[in-house]
Amino acid sequence: VAGASGVFRGAAAIVGAADLASPTGSLDRTARAVEVEVAYAALADAGLRLDDVDALFTAGGGLHTVDLAEYLGIAPLYTDGTRIGGASFEAHVEHATAAIACGLCEVALVVYAETPRSDAQAGLTRDLTANLGDRCREWELPSGIPLPMGAYALAASAHMARFGTSPEALASIAVTTRRWAAGNDRARYRSPITVEDVLASPMVAEPLHRLDCCVVTDGGGAIVLASATRARDLRHPPVLVLGAATAHTHLNVSQMPDPTITPGALTGPRALAIAGMSVDDLDVVELYDSFTITPLLALEDLGFCAKGEGGPFVLETGLGPGGRLPTNTSGGGLSYTHPGMFGIFLLVEATCQLRGTAGVRQVPGANVALAHGMGGVLSAASTVVLGSEATR
Amino acid sequence: MTARSVPPASRLSEPFWAATRDRRLVVAWCADCGGVLGYPRERCPSCGGSAIEWRPASGRGRVVAATTVHRNPDPAWAGRAPYTVCLVELTEGPRLLSSPPLGHDQAAVDVGTAVEVAWEPLEDGRAYPWFRPVPGGIPREDGPQVE
Repeated sequence: VAGASGVFRGAAAIVGAADLASPTGSLDRTARAVEVEVAYAALADAGLRLDDVDALFTAGGGLHTVDLAEYLGIAPLYTDGTRIGGASFEAHVEHATAAIACGLCEVALVVYAETPRSDAQAGLTRDLTANLGDRCREWELPSGIPLPMGAYALAASAHMARFGTSPEALASIAVTTRRWAAGNDRARYRSPITVEDVLASPMVAEPLHRLDCCVVTDGGGAIVLASATRARDLRHPPVLVLGAATAHTHLNVSQMPDPTITPGALTGPRALAIAGMSVDDLDVVELYDSFTITPLLALEDLGFCAKGEGGPFVLETGLGPGGRLPTNTSGGGLSYTHPGMFGIFLLVEATCQLRGTAGVRQVPGANVALAHGMGGVLSAASTVVLGSEATR
Repeated sequence: MTARSVPPASRLSEPFWAATRDRRLVVAWCADCGGVLGYPRERCPSCGGSAIEWRPASGRGRVVAATTVHRNPDPAWAGRAPYTVCLVELTEGPRLLSSPPLGHDQAAVDVGTAVEVAWEPLEDGRAYPWFRPVPGGIPREDGPQVE
């Protein structure tokens, strides 16, 4: 990894970012319409045009990049449909930066949208197990495990049994995330909640309550990456890609090497090593929060605390506004939006924080941010370290 | 409320499901490295060996993780809730997900509980292996069960 640092660190920057969500949870339009809207918005934010794009990254099914490129009217010379669930877009940043560093492309567009609420209202149902393979259908689904939620519940149960992690510690993550959502006028839920509210909400899959689970909403987001050279002349100060790493360890929860350890234990140290940084250098942290257990495991695996100490850590550290470790400043998947793959929103929010444009949610003087995606059933992780010009 | 649905056996898994007709639990081993495979596959994930051996399993293990499901959007399961799904580690090493048949005690099971296999008949003559607590637990030195 040390060798990668020299060519990778700072080779590319996020120069444009946009996301779209509604407090109602519904955008009342197709996913394709949202993709087009956020793609144009991110390019406008960068001060670039569609003509400037020479690389396209998406994570949908089918020949998604091929389909979307035709629809937008572009012929990208670099294409990447990496689809690893919620961590897809962090992997796209890694891959785009590597491609830009090699000179294979110069301006990369990453696009995502899903509209589960509008689809449901139109009578369309989503098969949440569509991503799971024949092994899951033969060896796991006959047990009645609801996926993906049940797998996260199993991980939480193992963590509680082994380390004594309390339901209150998990609930506290929903509470601090909701405090951030209060400052996001597009968040699905903004009213304050307490630990008692979370624990009193209906049990969904023990030990996870309804308020331990992400929302289900329409939404989309896009980012534009450009070479560091190109980035200098654009509208906003560049948000440099300092380090990135991706890993996956299993698809089925029964095959997870240890139900309390995620592939974030591989990606966090690697991404930070490429960036030449430690967790102490991070000013703001955006961690995938499909369920409250997800960021708790990430905090341990990324190295903010030792394995097993996530419960006491979240209770003592202060992840909310004004806290010692500002975490999930957009309101997260728990309160802001979660169309299915939240990873793009982590990157958009980190970009806003490093530009200093996050409004009432702004973490003062934020120079280094981490975005950590998680896909599948704690299966695939991708970590991106981003920095302002000051970190170049 | 529908019966538990289990897909037909694949070419690889046929010996596993055939054994369930006699209420026998078998596990796939690699004859080359002596490692256990978990679900069967063409090549051993540890050594790349291609000689799979199906051997009788003890039918015993411990609960590694457990969740009592109160809500499942799948209509086949929605009416059964609450029910408990356990991640069981067999004494031989592989992990399986398991839940009790309809009508059995669906109470929560603690992580660490010693369990043993039980069988739920399927309509096609196969049986679904599920795991129930062993009264008094299992002594650690318990070896494979002789058929």
